[in-house]
Amino acid sequence: MSHSFDDISAQLKGRHRRTKRLKFMSMGALALAATFLVVFIGDMVMRGYPAFQQAELHVPVTYSEQSQEIPLAAVEEDVRDLVSRGWLRQLPRDMAADASLMGQTIDRWVIADDQVDQYLKGHKSHLKPKQTAVLDRMIENGTAELKFNINFFTTGDSKLPEYAGIWSAAMGTILTLLVTLAFAFPVGVLTAVYLEEFAPDNRFTQAIEININNLAAVPSILFGLLGLAIFINFFGMPRSSPLVGGLTLGLMTLPVIIITTRSALRSVPDTIRQAAFGVGCSRWQVVRDHVLPLSLPGILTGSIIGLAQAMGETAPLIIVGMVAFIPDAPTAITQAATVLPAQIFTWAGEPEQAYVERTAAGILVLLSVLILLNAAAVMLRKKFERRW
Amino acid sequence: MNSTVATPAKPAAATRPGSPVVINEDANHELAIRVEDLNLWYGEKQALKNINIDVFQKNVTALIGPSGCGKSTFLRCLNRMNDLIRSVRIEGLVEMDGRDVNARNMDEVALRRRVGMVFQKPNPFPKSIYDNIAYAPTMHDLVSRRADKDDLVESALRDAGLWEEVKDILDQPGTSLSGGQQQRLCIARAIAVKPDVILMDEPTSALDPISTATIEDLMDKLKTQFSIVTVTHNMQQAARVADYTAFFHMGELVEYNDTKTMFSNPNTKKAEDYITGRYG
Ligand SMILES: Nc1ncnc2c1ncn2[C@@H]1O[C@H](COP(=O)(O)OP(=O)(O)OP(=O)(O)O)[C@@H](O)[C@H]1O
Ligand SMILES: [Mg+2]
Repeated sequence: MSHSFDDISAQLKGRHRRTKRLKFMSMGALALAATFLVVFIGDMVMRGYPAFQQAELHVPVTYSEQSQEIPLAAVEEDVRDLVSRGWLRQLPRDMAADASLMGQTIDRWVIADDQVDQYLKGHKSHLKPKQTAVLDRMIENGTAELKFNINFFTTGDSKLPEYAGIWSAAMGTILTLLVTLAFAFPVGVLTAVYLEEFAPDNRFTQAIEININNLAAVPSILFGLLGLAIFINFFGMPRSSPLVGGLTLGLMTLPVIIITTRSALRSVPDTIRQAAFGVGCSRWQVVRDHVLPLSLPGILTGSIIGLAQAMGETAPLIIVGMVAFIPDAPTAITQAATVLPAQIFTWAGEPEQAYVERTAAGILVLLSVLILLNAAAVMLRKKFERRW
Repeated sequence: MNSTVATPAKPAAATRPGSPVVINEDANHELAIRVEDLNLWYGEKQALKNINIDVFQKNVTALIGPSGCGKSTFLRCLNRMNDLIRSVRIEGLVEMDGRDVNARNMDEVALRRRVGMVFQKPNPFPKSIYDNIAYAPTMHDLVSRRADKDDLVESALRDAGLWEEVKDILDQPGTSLSGGQQQRLCIARAIAVKPDVILMDEPTSALDPISTATIEDLMDKLKTQFSIVTVTHNMQQAARVADYTAFFHMGELVEYNDTKTMFSNPNTKKAEDYITGRYG
């Protein structure tokens, strides 16, 4: 006996209802995730935005022999504790660098103390009433202003919050990631190519495969211990250096690159390999001319995601000494350096409001770089993708 | 092939186990490939049993037989594509140009350069039509100058009967062509390296009747230059294009015969049943 449409519809109703329910649930999950993201980024922008501004004071600066000896003498008494001590300390060096300054008095913008900065931003400050009175007057006649904080992008960490910047950490991150990339990309891709295209399928290669998969799940701090043991203790590489940090992160990134590369290689249809073997390609030519070009977008995407992960990593770097106070930007991979997330971590531990701002601003910088990296991954994918 | 194999021009071959039962007197009888007592196992499972067959130069040899009887497996023995399957074990002799192709000192890359292959499903490289043809000859150092490449691409495409259709779109991806055109592109790719033998595994099974007819015509033309071994499930096709036909059944070569004889007066009951449609 056959079923009428009504019979079938009765049974279908439940099925359709379940489809709808699942759809609403997944939409709800998406909305929740999106809300979290918006709240998080919004919060970071609100907190971090002030760090991109810095109070400066327009004051007459006297360049004399006395101010070379005692920099405090360069500015008038009522603003002496309003200008940045860091700037004052810098003064003799400025004068040594430019002899024509000697004997002049110049009206110029100088960086203010962080308490002045907080006062101008409307936050709580430790200024005395006498000082705030001076400041109020200066604000009124336009000689105290919030300006774009160029220092944040050009200096390294500092004990003076108004001089603390992100540059040395950014350089550290760049050098570290270059080392990571230079190590993990070729080693990872070649390992994957070997396992996927050359290795026989036996116990040994299966064991390697399982271990690589397990390695991807190992807590990152253990890679720090491994890096400490191998690179610093055994090979004697310099502590705190991007070389050691990069290699350590490279160890961590390696399994990610191997796994994504293997799946990219596996997605190349076998008919292409057969075609290539059929015209007399050697195994290496098959891989180089046909398989790798086709799997390149997948390999690049996977590697960039692995790098982005490495970039956000702090734990293993604590162990190899990269979470430290590094005021000067490194210029070589053997110099002491810190990285962006480590810098954020360090600032987050400081009580001053100025460091709190910089923590959030640092997060914004880190996020921007991550977004750039991911955008690069998408673009590379688009560029090399040939779905013919 | 400038073969050095000493083969009598006349049916002395008939005394050998691998020769066809009936010899077509008009055909060329120089040996392209000689197969002797070939056995092949996939793991424990034997897929080819004691195959003896002489493949003649500049002939079309068709392999027919029910699904799973070992036609593709046999074909892959001729250019060692079975090397790519890990469980395969081979015994016996496949001889070409006086050399055992399975010998240790035989380079499978060199073998595949002389024994080309066209697959069941068209599989052009994801490259331009031009590069599909030029890739392998360039790799084998047959051509290097641009002008030579251009000539080679044109002649291969002409031989494959595709030139008129694609001469203005050589820079377009090979995969943008129709199925029939793609298969002819694959044939052009195979003949561009000037092999001696071309293996075709059901080359028309994914194609419409018109493309099929085109490729059949093509095989007829190509056999003046190449030896062709083709697998087909289409009896009419075998009857139309092949000079010799081999009937496989459950891993055994049941009958190898002149095509005319095979389809009019087969020697074995099994072949007769299969050809007349009573079996398979
Ligand atoms: N890669 C493989 N691994 C294991 N067994 C295989 C493999 N390829 C083929 N076989 C087996 O070998 C036998 C012959 O297969 P083959 O593909 O040569 O048959 P065929 O004659 O080409 O069939 P068809 O006409 O369906 O293409 C079959 O029983 C098949 O199951
Ligand atoms: Mg087959």
